Amino acid sequence: MKQLPRRLMLLGIVCLMSLFVFPMWQIILYAPQYPDGVEMHIYIDKIGGSSPGTLQNVNILNHYVGMQYIEPDDIPELQYFPYIIGAMGLLGLIALAINKKWGYLSWTIVLVVLGILGMYDFYLWEYDYGHNLSDTAPIKIPGASFQPPLIGRKQIINFIADSWPHIGGIGFGLSMFFGSAAWWSRKKQLSK
Amino acid sequence: MKYHQLIKSIIALALLGAGSTIFTGCEGPPDMGNSSAALADDVASQVYVPPGEYDEFYAFMSGGFSGQVSVYGLPSGRMLKVIPVFSLDAEKGYGFNEETKPLLETSHGFIPWDDAHHPELSQTDGETDGRWLFINGNNTPRIARIDLTTFETAEIIEIPNSGGNHSSPFTTENTEYVVAGTRFGVPYPQQDVSIDSYAEKFKGTLSFISVDPEEGHMDVAFQVLLPAFNYDLAHSGKGKSHGWTFFTTYNTEEKSTLLEVNASQNDKDFIAAINWKKAEEYIKQGKYREMPAKYAHNIYNEKTHTATSEMKDKVKVLIPEECPGLVYFLPTPKSPHGVDVDPSGEYIVGNGKLSADMAVHSFTKIQEAIANESFETTIDGVPVLKYEEILAGIVEKPGLGPLHTEFDGKGNAYTTYFISSEIVKWDIETQQVLDRIPTYYSVGHLMIPGGDSRKPDGKYMVALNKITKDRYLPTGPELNHSAQLYDISGDKMKLLLDFPTIGEPHYAQAIAADKVMPNSKKFYPIEENEHPYRTVREKDARVEREGKDVHIYMTSIRSHFAPDNIEGIKVGDRVYFHLTNLEQDWDVPHGLAVLGAQNAELLVMPGQTETLVWEPKAEGVYPFYCTDFCSALHQEMQGYLRVSPANSQVALDWRLGYDEPVQ
Repeated sequence: MKQLPRRLMLLGIVCLMSLFVFPMWQIILYAPQYPDGVEMHIYIDKIGGSSPGTLQNVNILNHYVGMQYIEPDDIPELQYFPYIIGAMGLLGLIALAINKKWGYLSWTIVLVVLGILGMYDFYLWEYDYGHNLSDTAPIKIPGASFQPPLIGRKQIINFIADSWPHIGGIGFGLSMFFGSAAWWSRKKQLSK
Repeated sequence: MKYHQLIKSIIALALLGAGSTIFTGCEGPPDMGNSSAALADDVASQVYVPPGEYDEFYAFMSGGFSGQVSVYGLPSGRMLKVIPVFSLDAEKGYGFNEETKPLLETSHGFIPWDDAHHPELSQTDGETDGRWLFINGNNTPRIARIDLTTFETAEIIEIPNSGGNHSSPFTTENTEYVVAGTRFGVPYPQQDVSIDSYAEKFKGTLSFISVDPEEGHMDVAFQVLLPAFNYDLAHSGKGKSHGWTFFTTYNTEEKSTLLEVNASQNDKDFIAAINWKKAEEYIKQGKYREMPAKYAHNIYNEKTHTATSEMKDKVKVLIPEECPGLVYFLPTPKSPHGVDVDPSGEYIVGNGKLSADMAVHSFTKIQEAIANESFETTIDGVPVLKYEEILAGIVEKPGLGPLHTEFDGKGNAYTTYFISSEIVKWDIETQQVLDRIPTYYSVGHLMIPGGDSRKPDGKYMVALNKITKDRYLPTGPELNHSAQLYDISGDKMKLLLDFPTIGEPHYAQAIAADKVMPNSKKFYPIEENEHPYRTVREKDARVEREGKDVHIYMTSIRSHFAPDNIEGIKVGDRVYFHLTNLEQDWDVPHGLAVLGAQNAELLVMPGQTETLVWEPKAEGVYPFYCTDFCSALHQEMQGYLRVSPANSQVALDWRLGYDEPVQ
């Protein structure tokens, strides 16, 4: 079991790298006339969905109430997120190589901080899309907010909106778990 | 006649009249069983498909003289779609927009109508596979192929040297071929001759149209040249009789006038049995004649969203004298209408519509007779087999006017009787009548899902009736035809439902929903759009002038057209609205209608491009709008087109929104 911390760390890195393949977050809109749901997927570098037309369909829905168009090119996070995650992968490998307690711990703490910042950033975007409505919106509903939930389920006019981590987001969470597990097992090894 | 005798006669007649009036007045009309009291109690639950749930079967009914195919769900009888095939359909712009016009091209030019009789599903291993639906055009001989992923007409091929393509399309077991036969003998080659030269100058052709197994594309592979009998209906063999196709004939008398009498004199007419595998050998050996012919072949391309029409100029013809073993005539009483092959392929039912009994031929016996060369005579190189030698049995006096037979896969046959207006169920092996049930009224074809394939789904049966009279609320002199749905799962046939249909459904086909539903397309991916006048991004929307032709590269998305203000059009211009629907979601078509357009609307599916031609006759400002209620802002989806005098200096300009300039 000498290699356990390193193996745990490797798992953590692999989980983190899943963000390059799978969406980190999903927002699903349900209404009777959308039997398949409108399922938007947020990746670290793009916005997609269950069908190639999903983003366009979300934008069409949003335009009735004057929400801004979601234009991936205008979201800087999608430009630099991949570099941050890539860098974290490299740091993880370094932590794995040196196999120090503090290496695993600090990697995990940075991930947790990034996660919190990421969620806060996500909230700010959601707030902006939900509240910053066009003055020339065709349909104006006094008092209505179109901000999707940060996490969980919420009614937005005729839609039920779900917001949940996707596979990549779960991978991100697991990478924190495995990072801390690596730290814990290394600590155990050293205290023997 | 003396005066008092005349008086006596008049009084006698008056008494007779009064007497009979009183007599019938007492008796009243007899109960014909037309009322719904004849129904069993639980039928409603058998046909009730709750809101939001799906039917078990797709049924495709021919539109007859409507030229279309209508799609129904069974057992509910709910109509799902009308597919335009041979006739213009203003609702969908079919035959009006530039993209679909080539589908209706023929050697006679653009033909906006036909008489669509027999839908036929494609088959694999003798079982319906849900890929394509074929249907014949009777009047200007054609066969169409409908793609069952889009439920749109994908291809139409014209049949040369034919008149009245009735015995068509009736597929072979693996959709190697669909067939066509000429109902009318026609001069061969077509020429100006006396109609009285019918017997010598007129011929009948039976055509085999090959179907490409991947794309479904059709080609007239060969024609068989036969005497000018009237080739009425057909079915291909299956199982043991795979490789053969059977065509019924009437008018073996070869007459051209008062056919109801003159073509009903021979006690027996023929079923022409074609060995098409043999034909393939002869084609390979080069034993065909290449004859000049002129026929159109039209294909719709799903990527360019456009049909193209090609004119073909020759056809391969096989002549029975030169190709022994290719064709045999099976004597069959009397003016047989349908010819139906049971699921095993052994029994060939000749529905002799003017005969009291119904003949069932045995494929095994036919093969034996051919092997023994036991022929009654030979007509134009075609051996005529001996009736008694090929007979499997006779259904004795089952009803009046048998037309068509289908099978349930459980050893039973079901035959329609037009004159006695009923369906009779009988045992294929013993030819014993098992049950009979009335139809309302005068049934033509009947249909069991897969009922002409190797694997019938013997749960429901549909009767397709020619006459409705009092069955529904009256609608003036012209009434709908009707369909009746029966439960045939038990020993006794049971009437379940009665519903009106569109046009005149001759034949129909049905297929389990799960063979078709998973492949049904939701929209066309915009990135696959290869229409030459497509506009795949709104910012590329524009207007271009080429002399008098003005091309508007227009897009639609909820809820606007781009551009929606256009100026610089002049009287005498020919304006092409090339509308690309940018939507990429299910069930979001946009329509386009322009004031004064002399064709129809466009109805453009998501990802598709269609073209409307509009020729302004007078200066002014003309509105256009979206015709399909697409969204909450559908009513706002509208625009203007300014038309200036022919010599005007108004420049070509366009915009969407006030941020962009228009003069």
